[in-house]
Amino acid sequence: MAVATIPHHLPWSSEVESAACRPMASPGRFFWPIAALLAALVAAGFVAFAYQFLEGLWVAGYSDRAFYGIYEANLVAFIGVSYGGALVSAVLRITGARWRAPISRMAEAMALVSLLVGASFAIVHLGRPERVLNLITSGNASSPILWDFVAITTYLLATAMFVYLPLVPDLARVRDHLAVGSWRGRIYGLAAIGWADAPEQRRRLEWAIGIIAVLLIPLAVSVHSVLAWTFSMTTRPGWHSTIFGPYFVVGALYSGVALVILVVAAFRRAYHLERFVQPRQLLLLSRIMVALGLVYLYLTFAEVLTVGYTRTREEVSVLAAVLEGPFAPAFWAFMAGGLFIPIALVALPTHRRTGALVVAAGLVVVGMWLKRLLIVLPTATAPLIGDVWGSITITWVPALITLAATAAIPLGMIVLFRFVPILAIDEVERELAHRAAQQGGPA
Amino acid sequence: MSDLPTMELQPSDVPLVSRRLSRRALLGSAAAVAGSAAVAPLFLHLDQLVPRTSAATGVAIDTTHHRWAMVFDLRRCDGCGKCTTACQETHYLEPDQTWINVYELDDASGGGFFMPRLCMQCEDAPCLNVCPVRATFKNRDGVVLIDQDKCIGCRLCISACPYEARYFNWSEPTNKPPEGTVPTPEFPSPQRRGTVGKCTFCVHHTERGELPSCVAACAMEAIWIGDLDADVATNGVETVRLSTFLKENDAVRYKEELNTGPHVYYILGHGQDLGF
Repeated sequence: MAVATIPHHLPWSSEVESAACRPMASPGRFFWPIAALLAALVAAGFVAFAYQFLEGLWVAGYSDRAFYGIYEANLVAFIGVSYGGALVSAVLRITGARWRAPISRMAEAMALVSLLVGASFAIVHLGRPERVLNLITSGNASSPILWDFVAITTYLLATAMFVYLPLVPDLARVRDHLAVGSWRGRIYGLAAIGWADAPEQRRRLEWAIGIIAVLLIPLAVSVHSVLAWTFSMTTRPGWHSTIFGPYFVVGALYSGVALVILVVAAFRRAYHLERFVQPRQLLLLSRIMVALGLVYLYLTFAEVLTVGYTRTREEVSVLAAVLEGPFAPAFWAFMAGGLFIPIALVALPTHRRTGALVVAAGLVVVGMWLKRLLIVLPTATAPLIGDVWGSITITWVPALITLAATAAIPLGMIVLFRFVPILAIDEVERELAHRAAQQGGPA
Repeated sequence: MSDLPTMELQPSDVPLVSRRLSRRALLGSAAAVAGSAAVAPLFLHLDQLVPRTSAATGVAIDTTHHRWAMVFDLRRCDGCGKCTTACQETHYLEPDQTWINVYELDDASGGGFFMPRLCMQCEDAPCLNVCPVRATFKNRDGVVLIDQDKCIGCRLCISACPYEARYFNWSEPTNKPPEGTVPTPEFPSPQRRGTVGKCTFCVHHTERGELPSCVAACAMEAIWIGDLDADVATNGVETVRLSTFLKENDAVRYKEELNTGPHVYYILGHGQDLGF
């Protein structure tokens, strides 16, 4: 296969097209080293998983009194960030926020890739991954894990549609630039499903995108609620809580918007998109992030106060382990690094530079992963009889698989942007035209 | 709300018609044993609970249903752990797979006491409800069993069980039964890697009229196996009328407030606090 998915010499018809398709033609001299490094990490993760598959889950450090751990936290964290990408695009699309145009493609692609990575942890954490199809052949509708399965697969289909539909006009443009009858031209022709920018086609496409965008929001809410219910539908202290559904939904949004900021900032610089993605986009995104962070802070406070005030024995022993026991360093690290510092970085006017926003978003992504571990581990290791706590062993297998999953998101995105434009060309052009019309001059 | 514990604790003076025959036979023997305080052969009384063979056809008459229950007399338990060892030997378990586990707990007065815990065989079992692939099921005698050929190892049942009664096979079992033993839900040995296991109430014993291994191994005669329908229980030495035994000793069930309806009862005696 050719190194470039698109020949270098194509005469792009606009500056937007040229910027959006540059990664497809020549992604830069750092592309292959970075892609190779990320691919090596992902491959190492597959090797670790193969080892775990052959040896059993003991290699991941579990025990009967620590039956959930890093994989379960990863499942929540990686599917969680997917929601941020979906939200930015879907909600902003529905509310007609025009500034979203240059970032929507990156946000949607991130939603799809992180969802695929996150959902794979539903397989990785199983004792018998090869039997996962038993969910279909003898599924039990009263099990929250079956709800997870249905919700995640539905959400995956909807996300794929949500990525694909706005792509159609862009794919048609790529098709039109390629030689008629060439194999690349044929593939893009198929993918563009006959798009000719006819008014009727545009009307139908916008109608379909609108429907998917509206559908995606309740679907994503259902995925994160159901993930929360997998924990809260038990009588375990720390998990059996009515706040868990909304708590997970807000946490997913908070971490997801943070990852969108990181992704947009990284591609903006790496692929020279400064002309289209401006500091304004990052600032608006970080305001959304701060609003969600404040809601998350409130929910955390509500949870701690409600449990701690009445002092039910089992609940309080888990809460004490988190607030002042063995989990306290991690918890307060999260409170500081995952909530207060990033919120302050964005909220204080003196710090509102792009670099500070990126640092804030990075802190949120890492902090929220830690928070998911703090949701899973204390309860999974708390005794239900007596007072002996379980403990998890940190081993290289989940560490490597987590690293591989982290690498898989940028890898998936840079590979995707070798095949599809990184900007929603059609939308950005219309947005630029709209702005030009308002200012009474050319864009 | 069916099968309330309080209902089970009433003396069952009005036997159900369908169970009349076996009940009469059992109650007769129970009364005789209790009256004479004689030491009965271990298996005699359970044996009368299992299906009889039809003299005419030689085919087992499969009409007898049970609702197996266990009673732990905590006044007698000295925490020796023989029940755990016997269980592990019977099922070829790993050392940390304590399907019957003896906890040492603190009582309200600051002293300690021992509480053996096995699977409570809940009437409304949380583990059964959350299993995504129906690998956990209840047999007709009310015993919760696991099909380890179906289990995907998601561990949600471990999470859902309020009694810490479930154990995962994190690695390939090292203790194995004689070559050729085919594991079944009733006798899941060898255990399957990547799946969940737990106490089966030794249904492979009780269906033959034999005592569960923990009951047989208990030197203190503190563990009783019985049938809530036939209203009889034995610790291998004595036989009692189960409902009367539970009522007279103020038997309780662990975590009654969770409404799981355990089939395991505890007789407290020294100010123990099981959280009631």
